[in-house]
Amino acid sequence: MTVGQILVDAAARAGWYGLFRRSLGPQIRGGESAALLRFGDRPILNHGDSFDLLLAYDWGNINRFAAELPLRPDSVVLFDPDAGEVPEVIERTDARCVAAPLAQTAKSAPGVRANMVGLGLVAHALGLVPEDLKSELEKALGDKGEEILAGSLEGLRLGAELCESLPADIWPKVVRPAPLAVPRWSITGNEAAGMGAIRGGVRFVAAYPITPSTEILEWLAPNLTRVGGQLVQVEDELASVNMIVGASFGGTPSLTATSGPGLSLMLEGLGMAVGAEFPITLIDVQRGGPSTGIPTKSEQSDFNIAVYGMHGDAPHIVCAPTSIPDCLSTVQWAVSAAEAAQCPAIVLSDQNMGQSRAIVDPPKSGGPVAERRLAQVEDGAAYKRYALTNDGVSPMSVPGMKGGEYTADGLAHNERGTPSTQASDHQSQLDKRLRKLETLDCDDVWAEVAGDGPVAVIAWGSLTEAAREAVERSNGAARLIGVRVILPLQEEAMAKALDGVSKVLVVEQNHGAQFFHFLKGHYSLPQTVESLHRPGPLPIRPVEILAAITAMKGDA
Amino acid sequence: MNQVIAHEVDFTDYKSDVTPVWCPGCGDYAVLSAITKALAGLGLARENVALISGIGCSSRIAAYTSVYGFHGIHGRALPIAQGLKLARPDLTVLCAGGDGDGFSIGGNHFMHACRRNLDLTYIVMDNNVYGMTKGQASPTSAADWTESKLTPEGPGVPPFQPLDIALAAGASHVARCFSGKVQMLTKTIAEAIQHPGFSFIQVISPCVTYRPEMRDFKNLVHESFTEACTDRREARRRLIDDDGFSLGTLFKSVEPSYKPSHRNSEPLDELERQFAL
Ligand SMILES: Cc1ncc(C[n+]2csc(CCOP(=O)(O)OP(=O)(O)O)c2C)c(N)n1
Ligand code: SF4
Repeated sequence: MTVGQILVDAAARAGWYGLFRRSLGPQIRGGESAALLRFGDRPILNHGDSFDLLLAYDWGNINRFAAELPLRPDSVVLFDPDAGEVPEVIERTDARCVAAPLAQTAKSAPGVRANMVGLGLVAHALGLVPEDLKSELEKALGDKGEEILAGSLEGLRLGAELCESLPADIWPKVVRPAPLAVPRWSITGNEAAGMGAIRGGVRFVAAYPITPSTEILEWLAPNLTRVGGQLVQVEDELASVNMIVGASFGGTPSLTATSGPGLSLMLEGLGMAVGAEFPITLIDVQRGGPSTGIPTKSEQSDFNIAVYGMHGDAPHIVCAPTSIPDCLSTVQWAVSAAEAAQCPAIVLSDQNMGQSRAIVDPPKSGGPVAERRLAQVEDGAAYKRYALTNDGVSPMSVPGMKGGEYTADGLAHNERGTPSTQASDHQSQLDKRLRKLETLDCDDVWAEVAGDGPVAVIAWGSLTEAAREAVERSNGAARLIGVRVILPLQEEAMAKALDGVSKVLVVEQNHGAQFFHFLKGHYSLPQTVESLHRPGPLPIRPVEILAAITAMKGDA
Repeated sequence: MNQVIAHEVDFTDYKSDVTPVWCPGCGDYAVLSAITKALAGLGLARENVALISGIGCSSRIAAYTSVYGFHGIHGRALPIAQGLKLARPDLTVLCAGGDGDGFSIGGNHFMHACRRNLDLTYIVMDNNVYGMTKGQASPTSAADWTESKLTPEGPGVPPFQPLDIALAAGASHVARCFSGKVQMLTKTIAEAIQHPGFSFIQVISPCVTYRPEMRDFKNLVHESFTEACTDRREARRRLIDDDGFSLGTLFKSVEPSYKPSHRNSEPLDELERQFAL
């Protein structure tokens, strides 16, 4: 994994865009792992169709994850002959297998490890020289000492030599990109989500760790304190969701991050934030479910619980970043939208984005910041916390405001907040809470729309970028609608985006076609709507989406 | 604790105009009186006080005061109160609820709130029963209490020991009161508010509807915790002979609280520099 990190950052310094995803086995430490990298001279935000090169240090548990490493007959597999024969699953792909004695090369000099030889080899093939790698190497090795650094550099040199000794025709031709004027960012989806939270104004976070969302919380812990905020580790997810509601009651924009099992535990608290009307933001980095599922691998199967999970009629915000850098802007938007609408916002990220690293152009600074509509209160006049307003947003007081004293309540209540079982109070408060979402302005953010072909590919989350690539390769047959705002519904914008569309293809990573059924139930769509869906962990790739587009185009 | 107001205040100013749903004779009325009297006695400005509660008859108390209130969900009053206190250390934060709310569904939060020792006052109106859901056994009901349809042969497990657990978990102010002794309760609540740390008060508060025999508790209680121990081990030893009716402040000691680290605010682009290659 260190090798992958060094390579992607060094390549980025040399001018490449890149994407680095990890595939990990179930072991806590060690065990099988693969660093999956894709480079290009324009932004790379999806994992592509297949790999040009597989560098195998060993074949441990390869059968468990070979399916995650699609190869073509013209792909190249570099394998270490000391690690045993090329296994059947790999041979079956007809990829060209070439021996590269990594371990043996490493033994030829003291202090050299095979992983550095491999790094040197691939780096050389990409046109990187050891100098490009040196600063990343120093960063990765930290203070492990001169000797280790020298051994590593020697390993890189030997790797480059080994690369030269291999048949020249195995390498695709690469042209080193021009050096950069402005440094790019190297960022994971989880880091981007954390930064988005801070940019949006979040200053209180309650945390209970769970894969694959923990890095958001670990990143926020030190960084929040740098902007005067705080993160507290709590006893469970019931505590985290309720603590952020408490902090929000106090006036502080608040957030927590979790994954499916944690979201399940938080539902009651989320419902309270709907009923008592408090803004909070919850990021769910989805993994395989149900139950403990596949903690380390991606899926988009929490769609239904995020949309429909709460009991009662509980309007709230659900949105999903469409790419790694978009984790920043979508979380930032979610925080400000939650504050504006005084309700919870659920952000559906997934392992695929959260734990992958991308090289991206630095995002624009600025963007929306939490702004709560505060009440003008006078001492003496009875303050109505849940006043019925035209846009449904009731000006809120916070403790400390004299004359704004009220009791927030999850019980059905009247305008003042006094518990009420009266039909008219219940009806008018339900109407009000729906109204504030209907009036929430989502026009600029609701979706990524691109192309104008007659087949609309509607995707969401981390599959948006794979869909975009498929649309771009469809020769005008398709258009992309990558939905970012799932709730509140965006009927008008959707109708506009579907103008001229004859067929719809819905793409998602789950077993039950959850998004497909949601779209069919809530939107008016053309007659032909097909679904391309499968559970994790194998990401749906552009080539598969393209094939589905082609098939739909074909049967008129 | 927040700033006090100079002029005389009437405790009824701290009561709201909402009529309680409580049964006539319920012990919780006296707790409401004691809380409002303690706030008045301390002269705390209403806008700087927040009372957070869960769900249950007793948890209805939040709406009956005129300070900022939060009537939340069953068992989660303490997390809400702690989130508020961490975000707004300037406020006086009180938390209140029942024995089911605090010791059963919210039991885990109770232990961890004791450990964190934030400057909060937590009042549990312990009626040895679930009042709101009409009379089931609570964690503090006796093992052989057979009056509930849900456990006709009794809950069959020994009762939860609130004071023992609060002490073991790290609460820094631990007391037991009786709703029938309002003056003592008022004084204890005021002291708890002034104590810088997590103060826990178990208030024996009879449910006259589902535990009518609790009316007689007035004859059983005795003020045995005369002087508060400042040594936790000594306090635990005192509990060995406790019959559950000893009243008074058992333990009180100023101890470190959980404190989030705070630094001066840096500009955002300073933070974002870490991502640039
Ligand atoms: C999650 C959840 N489970 C169950 C209930 C039902 N319920 C409401 S109050 C209560 C128990 C109340 O007992 P206690 O906290 O001792 O308060 P009391 O009514 O006795 O004052 C229960 C079980 C609920 N509201 N929420
Ligand atoms: S049921 Fe019991 S606890 Fe509830 S209000 Fe009546 S007397 Fe009080």
